[in-house]
Amino acid sequence: MSEWSKAIGGFTGGKGAVETTSGNRGLQIEEPLIFEQGQDGRCGVDLPALPKSAERLGGLARKGAIGLPGLSEPQVVRHYTRLSQKNYAIDAGLYPLGSCTMKHNPRLNEKMARLPGFGDVHPLQPVSTVQGALELIDTLAHWLKIMTGMPAVAMSPAAGAHGELCGMLCIRAAHIARKQDHRRRVLVPESAHGTNPATAAVCGYTVDSIPADAEGRVDLAAFKAKLGPDVAAIMLTNPNTCGLFERDIIEIAKAIHGAGGYFYCDGANFNAIVGRVRPGDLGIDCMHINLHKTFSTPHGGGGPGAGPVVLSAALAPFAPVPWVVHGKDGYAVAEQSGAGNEAFGRLKAFHGQMGMFVRALAYMMSHGADGLRQVAEDAVLNANYLMARLKDDLTPAFPGPTMHEALFDDRFLKDTGVTTLDFAKALIDEGYHPMTMYFPLVVHGALLIEPTETESRESLDQFIEVCSALARRAKTANDAQAWFHDAPRYTPRRRLDETAAARKPVLRWKPEVPAKAAE
Amino acid sequence: MATVRFTEEHEWISVEGDIGTVGISAYAQEQLGDVVYVELPDPGQKVTKGGQAAVVESVKAASEVYSPVAGSVTEKNDALTDTPNLINEDAMGKGWFFKLKLSSPGDLEGLMDHAGYAAFLEGLK
Amino acid sequence: MRYLPLTSADRKSMLAAIGVAGMDDLYRDVPAAARRTGLVDLPAHMGELEVERRLSVMAAKNIAAGSVPSFLGAGAYRHHVPASVDALIQRGEFLTSYTPYQPEVAQGTLQYLFEFQTQVALITGMEVANASMYDGSTACAEAVMMANRATRRSRAVLAGGLHPHYRAIVETYAHYSGFTAESGVPDPAGNEDLAKRIGADTSCVVVQNPDMFGHIRDLRPLAEACRKAGALLVVVVTEVVSLGALTPPGEMGADIVVCEGQSIGNGLNFGGPYVGLFATREKYLRQMPGRLAGQTVDAEGRRGWVLTLSTREQHIRREKATSNICTNSGLCALAFTIHMSILGEAGFTGLAKLNHALAGTLADKLAAVPGVSVLNKAFFNEFTIKLPKPADLVVETLAKRRILGGIPVSRLIPGKPDLANLLLVTATETNTESDMDALVGALKEIVR
Repeated sequence: MSEWSKAIGGFTGGKGAVETTSGNRGLQIEEPLIFEQGQDGRCGVDLPALPKSAERLGGLARKGAIGLPGLSEPQVVRHYTRLSQKNYAIDAGLYPLGSCTMKHNPRLNEKMARLPGFGDVHPLQPVSTVQGALELIDTLAHWLKIMTGMPAVAMSPAAGAHGELCGMLCIRAAHIARKQDHRRRVLVPESAHGTNPATAAVCGYTVDSIPADAEGRVDLAAFKAKLGPDVAAIMLTNPNTCGLFERDIIEIAKAIHGAGGYFYCDGANFNAIVGRVRPGDLGIDCMHINLHKTFSTPHGGGGPGAGPVVLSAALAPFAPVPWVVHGKDGYAVAEQSGAGNEAFGRLKAFHGQMGMFVRALAYMMSHGADGLRQVAEDAVLNANYLMARLKDDLTPAFPGPTMHEALFDDRFLKDTGVTTLDFAKALIDEGYHPMTMYFPLVVHGALLIEPTETESRESLDQFIEVCSALARRAKTANDAQAWFHDAPRYTPRRRLDETAAARKPVLRWKPEVPAKAAE
Repeated sequence: MATVRFTEEHEWISVEGDIGTVGISAYAQEQLGDVVYVELPDPGQKVTKGGQAAVVESVKAASEVYSPVAGSVTEKNDALTDTPNLINEDAMGKGWFFKLKLSSPGDLEGLMDHAGYAAFLEGLK
Repeated sequence: MRYLPLTSADRKSMLAAIGVAGMDDLYRDVPAAARRTGLVDLPAHMGELEVERRLSVMAAKNIAAGSVPSFLGAGAYRHHVPASVDALIQRGEFLTSYTPYQPEVAQGTLQYLFEFQTQVALITGMEVANASMYDGSTACAEAVMMANRATRRSRAVLAGGLHPHYRAIVETYAHYSGFTAESGVPDPAGNEDLAKRIGADTSCVVVQNPDMFGHIRDLRPLAEACRKAGALLVVVVTEVVSLGALTPPGEMGADIVVCEGQSIGNGLNFGGPYVGLFATREKYLRQMPGRLAGQTVDAEGRRGWVLTLSTREQHIRREKATSNICTNSGLCALAFTIHMSILGEAGFTGLAKLNHALAGTLADKLAAVPGVSVLNKAFFNEFTIKLPKPADLVVETLAKRRILGGIPVSRLIPGKPDLANLLLVTATETNTESDMDALVGALKEIVR
């Protein structure tokens, strides 16, 4: 056995392992860690000779080796190419993760973000040398304001949760300015994304959850009963995490305003309504927009994102620095809070996720006013079509119409011994990434499917047929429980032991200590 | 003979004299799944009846463990740090969390006995 | 509509399959008052060529740092990124995948995050690192909140030499989350005494090294003072390449190290997206924010990776989470990992030495300009010079000559007359001797 295969865990394998000499299985290549491939004397860069210059490190020069491996460029390229081949991706297939909006990521956007005029500009260059960059931010801000019908937007938040923080801090600052800082209770529906309560807590608020009604929406009476002089805000996702439009949203807005609170809207699901509904017409005070969802900036394996926050006139004065201003000589930037403004502070160094701004604007310009409306319609149409065709084999959690995603519960798996997790893993063997599982929490064994507008009819039909067949198999096959529980079988790795990972965390590679001489 | 009582939050306490041993019920560990981590109170720490005293985590869930009674912690089960699976294997025995000296024995009143807890679980189904 | 596959015929038949007459029926839950029939007032869709044309016009209005002699730093550094880095991160399997919540089909992402965590732990000299934060500045605020949790104290001492944006962010979090952040006075001479500000209620001391003026300090005495007081030492590194040349913070006694990782693998991008590095000691693991990739085995006993210890995070703990963070900076972390792998031990330390030597060369050249003095005795690749004139005016004049000469301290700390003439200057491997001579030549004329 080679050293590598030892490190990998051996190719003699456990149950069900297919034996090959190398441990590879066709295109499923076993790939050791980069640290297990290094050799002293190899390097992937050629650096010029050092100029003569006295060392001025104050006696703090590094002593001793770091422990990084040495590799040539081709080795590194092959390593990461092989790693990439172990990933599922939108480019490779339908990626129906509910609430994540895994839509096509146009490569034009990548190209634009890499124009030297955007990608190779330092954030603290003199403003006279970055007029185009500021124009881009200002243009994107304009598009976002028009699309949402809101008068202002804070551009700097780095991601959705960061945008939530931004919006909630605007609310807190507004209450402080109005001498209402005794308001510390925030109402959050049970179905909310976990970032909502976590954000409220970071802002110094306590969280009070609102139950859902039988149709998956905010229980209006329960919500109104919770209003009081200590309520700071409601945080509501709309369309909500069950994929449903909150029918009473205007009344909710009126009630929260009547009680002296503000309305935070989580814009994670804006893709369902962009161009059809302006959040500004619903009475909200602020909403973050995940540019990596609605406006197609790539998810990149978990970031980077971007989360600009649109603000009502009441909250706009409290937006954090920086923001772009129109000066007499073109664009300028307000960078200091407290300097003649009411900004609540600063959330991020420099100006925000510029690279994401370029991509989002390229996407918005590509679609235009007409295309963006079509985006929402096609996303909603695809989800409803999927729901209609799966409603007999799977069990929809709530009656439709739904918005951009279709929520099912696990009633169709009752008494089969097959769980939502098993169903999801079986989908992997069929060549799909699973849907979102066990979220939202208000539905038992939830399966949340968001096809997005960039799936074709043919692609949807194929996915629907697979889901239906799996559901029928779960219900009728004698060996269903064992068969599903064994999935996935055809992936680079089978089910992984998450319990072992958490009990004895191994979070980094360490060189093997040479074994002591044999006893 | 020890007195064993249960809470509606699925903690158990076994009392001998003025010393109580606290853990989570077999039902609770089953609901949690494989326990991967516990956070225990240190000896000397004061806990209140119904107050948070420990944390227990599985891969997908984190739960607070509330003390069934008020008192002062005298001992914690260090074995759980390296072998949290004891909670899954023997919730009512080797999987105990901590011992405490009861400050008001009257706290036991209102807690459920074995039969009462069994009936309570039946009601949850 | 090149990104939309549905045809009119598809739409019609799909509506029929659903059993509705039209799209309005699917939007019937929207209150009538908010239903929009017309289009918003924005341009109609455009072809790829047209979008490219318009955005290129905007881009051309900027001076790209690489097109002129450029000496800018202060938390964002221009380095050469090997071409293979960008080629690899643009592979669709990396670019267009989600957070690796389904590990069987995300081993690629999970393995590189594990490699990233290892690299970060190694270069900082720490025991564990997470799978990245938004950037260095937000990582800094998270470090302070973590120190508050770990010590159950709520007074953070911030060095005056901390990047002013970082400081402002911590102050913002402090103001609204209910802890105290005591900021020090910036000292361009680099003689700040932090130990004397530590008290029995101090949760942490936050110190940047090299600091915003470029000064390098031995943190060991400060670490010792922190340890005695039961406070944590948080070390901030805004130029991660410096770790190739300097004694790592972990070796000097840091409890938490946060870095801006942009310099490795990532471009300037006008300030973002960047990548935050976050490392700590194993005993604080459960207090750490952000995602973690961990090693385990699969059902066949083969080594693999999963996201782990997620009970710390918001999707499980909700309002009791260690942080509200959901996203990390995955793709930027990948760029970092690949670039670091290409560099390896020899490349990373060699790059650091090269930066330092070039900065030394530049400092000597600038010190020879009449009226200009270099404030630093020790520095890595960035230092502060004092000019006989306000630095912002000098920088504007240099920009007119197409030289990005540095960053006026007044851009970061305005309204302080004693700082007005100070300029932060950086040299990296991207600066040539002729770049330096262009700057020196222009300065001689401007400050004369």
